Amino acid sequence: MKHTISVLVENKFGVLARVAGLFSARGYNIASLAVSETLDASISYMTIVVDAKDETVLEQIKKQLNKLIDVITVTDFTKKTHVERELALVKINYVAKDKAKIASVLKKYVAKIVHSKANTAIIEAVGEEEQIKALLESLGKFGIKELIRTGKIAITIGG
Amino acid sequence: MKMTGAQILIECLKREGVEVMFGYPGGQVLPLFDKIYDTDIKFILVRHEQGAAHAADGYARATGKPGVCIATSGPGATNLVTGIANAFMDSIPMVAITGQVKSYLIGNDAFQEADVTGITRPITKHNFLVKDVKDLARTMREAFYIASTGRPGPVLIDVPSDVQMAETEYIWPERVEIRSYNPTYFGHPGQIKKAAKMIQASKKPVVYAGGGIISSSAHLVLREFAERIQAPVTWTLMGIGGFPATNKLSLGMLGMHGTGYANHAITASDLIIAVGARFDDRVTGRLDAFAPKAKVIHIDIDPSSISKNIRVDIPIVGDARNILGELLEQMKKTPDTSSWLLEIDALKKKYPMRYNKDGNKIKPQYVIEQIDEVTGGNAIITTEVGQNQMWAAQWYKYNQPRTFISSGGLGTMGFGFPAAMGAKIGYPDKIVFDIAGDGSIQMNIQELATCICNKINVKIAILNNGYLGMVRQWQELFYKKRYSHTCLTGPDFVKLAESFGAAGIRVTKKEDVRQAIEKAIAIDNTVLIDFHIEPEENVFPMVPAGEAINTMIEGLA
Ligand SMILES: Cc1ncc(C[n+]2csc(CCOP(=O)(O)OP(=O)(O)O)c2C)c(N)n1
Ligand SMILES: [Mg+2]
Repeated sequence: MKHTISVLVENKFGVLARVAGLFSARGYNIASLAVSETLDASISYMTIVVDAKDETVLEQIKKQLNKLIDVITVTDFTKKTHVERELALVKINYVAKDKAKIASVLKKYVAKIVHSKANTAIIEAVGEEEQIKALLESLGKFGIKELIRTGKIAITIGG
Repeated sequence: MKMTGAQILIECLKREGVEVMFGYPGGQVLPLFDKIYDTDIKFILVRHEQGAAHAADGYARATGKPGVCIATSGPGATNLVTGIANAFMDSIPMVAITGQVKSYLIGNDAFQEADVTGITRPITKHNFLVKDVKDLARTMREAFYIASTGRPGPVLIDVPSDVQMAETEYIWPERVEIRSYNPTYFGHPGQIKKAAKMIQASKKPVVYAGGGIISSSAHLVLREFAERIQAPVTWTLMGIGGFPATNKLSLGMLGMHGTGYANHAITASDLIIAVGARFDDRVTGRLDAFAPKAKVIHIDIDPSSISKNIRVDIPIVGDARNILGELLEQMKKTPDTSSWLLEIDALKKKYPMRYNKDGNKIKPQYVIEQIDEVTGGNAIITTEVGQNQMWAAQWYKYNQPRTFISSGGLGTMGFGFPAAMGAKIGYPDKIVFDIAGDGSIQMNIQELATCICNKINVKIAILNNGYLGMVRQWQELFYKKRYSHTCLTGPDFVKLAESFGAAGIRVTKKEDVRQAIEKAIAIDNTVLIDFHIEPEENVFPMVPAGEAINTMIEGLA
C-alpha cells in the first residue's frame, strides 16, 4: 500500500543522504520523493510516498525517520485531510489531424500545451495521481514520446 | 579568547570531563596532536585504530561515561569503523574524532581522503563534518549530548586539518538544545496505570531485562520491582549484571544459549515485562513460538524498538529506571505468584545448567567457574566472540552492572582485549579479565604493546581449543562435521606474550587451572594465560537458529 508522508528536516549538509540511506538500509521502498525549502530557510520539507506492505512497516518507517537527529517532524497524510498534487511534463506526437482531439482531452484536466514544434508538443499537467494517470491513458493513443513526473507533494487542510 | 580549532577541541574535551582518550596520529590530525602534547587529559596510544574504538567502548561500558577515540583521515578513520559499528549496535556512548583533508580539498580524491561521514552514517547515532571553526565548540557540545542521552550511541566528528588550524573566539555553549531531538524520559501515566493493572492480574509474569537496565542504571529499582511483584527475571547478553545472578528470582540468560529454565519459563508465562530489551532474533528464536501465551508490556527509551519484532500489548516509552520507579508506585496490590515460583523451581530442577565433568581435559566451563571463585565474582569480565563469550556469559555469576562487557549486537571478534584495556583504565583497582578465544585474540593482539607501555595490567584468559570453535560447533551440528577452515594452528601464545613484555602462562592440566589464575592476578603485569581446553567442547543448551526457544539441544542426555 502506498502512503504519503511528509518530513520536516533541518536544512543541513547530508540530510537527504540520511533519509535516503535509512530507506535503503532498512529495505523500505520509496515510490517518490520531493524536497524543497520552506518559508523558514533552516528547514526543508520532504514529501515521500512509501510503499509499505502493512501497518507495522509503516509505523517502523515513521519511527525510524523520527529517530534521525535532523528530523523535526513526521506527518502521515493517510489519516489527515489534505491536498496532494503532482506535476507531469509529457512530450507527445502532435500532428494536424489530432490537434482538435488533443485539445478536447486537455480541457478535462488542469493541463495545457506549453511548447510545440514541428510534430511534437509538450504538455504540462497538474493534478492528483489518479487524474494524471487518467490523462496519460487518454494521451496514450496519440503516442507519448517522453514523460517526466515530479512525484507527489502534499499539504494538510486547515491549521 | 581566541583559539585554534585544535585548542577548542581540547578545551571542549576538558569541559565534558573527559579523562582519557584513545587514538593514533597521522597527517590530518597533526595540529590536534600538537595540542594533545600539552594537555593533561590522559592519552593512550594504541597500536591499531580498531583498538582505540574498542578501548573507548570498553571504557564507556565500564564507567557509563562516553568513550573518546581519535584517528587520522582515510585509513585511520576507516580502521575505526568496526569499533563504531560495534558501539552503535550495543547503544554505547562514544565520541569519535577524525581528521579530514583540508576543507578545500574535500571531494578531490586528495591523499588519504575518505568520505568518513558518508561511510559512518548508518553506524553512528549522528555524525558531523565541521567545515567552519566557528561551529566547532557547539558541535562538540552537541556530539557529547547526543552520544550520552536518550538511547546512547556513537557520534563522529570529522574535522578537516585547516579547521583545526583556523582561529576563532572560543565560546563554550552552556546550554545545548536541539529542536529536532527530544528523548522521552518519563512514561505516559495512563500506560503505566494500565501496565500496573495487567501485572496485578497476571499469574505467571516474567521480567525480561536488556541492556537498557545497564545504560539507565535501573539495576536497583529492577531488583526492588521484581522482588515486590515476586516475578522471576531473565536477561539478555546485554542485560547481564542488571540483576544479581545469585538472587533466587534469577533465571539467567534466555535465548539461543540461554538456560533451559529461562526459555521454558518464557514459553509458559502469561505476561512478559520487557525492560530495555529489543526482542532480538538470538533471544526470540522463531517469533510465532516466542511467549505464545503471554501478554507483553514493553518498556524502552527508543520508540522504534517497540512493536518492531513482536506485537506489544502495552508499550511504554521512556527511561527504564524512571518507569520502573513509577510502576512501583502504582503497585498497590501485587500478584500472587507463589505457585508460579514453584513451577519455576521445578523447571530449574528439570533443566539444570550442567556440563560433562568427566575426563582429565580442561573444561572451559570449569575455567570460568574458577575465575569466578578466585575473583569472588568481583572482576570485570570482557569477552571475545564465539564459544568463549557464551561460556563467560553462562558460568560466571555477575551480581553487579557493568561487570560483563561483551560485543552483543555486532559480535565482533577482537573486541574483548582492547575493551578490557578501556575498562581497566576506568577502574584501575579492579581485576579485569578478557575471556578470549584463540581465534579472536589474534584480531587485536597488537594491543599487548599498548598495555605494556601504559602499565594497563589486564589479564587475558585464552580458552584455546585450536578452533574457531563456535563456527566449528555449527559445522559439527548442521554441516556434517565438515570443518571447513575452522581449524587454527599456533602461535605459541606464551612466547608471544613474553615478546611484548607481558607474562605468559600455559596451562594444560585441570589441576593447574586455579593456581594459574591466582598467579596471574598476583603478577603485577599484563598476563596472558593460555588454557588448552577440550578442543571439541560445545556450548549447550542451544536453540538452533530459527527454532522455537523451548526446543533446545541439551548436549548431555
Ligand atoms: C570479526 C569477526 N569475524 C568473523 C566472525 C564469525 N565468528 C563468530 S565466532 C567465530 C569463532 C571464534 O573463534 P575463537 O575466537 O577461537 O573462539 P571460540 O569460539 O573457539 O571460543 C567466528 C569466526 C566474527 N564474529 N567476527
Ligand atoms: Mg577457539
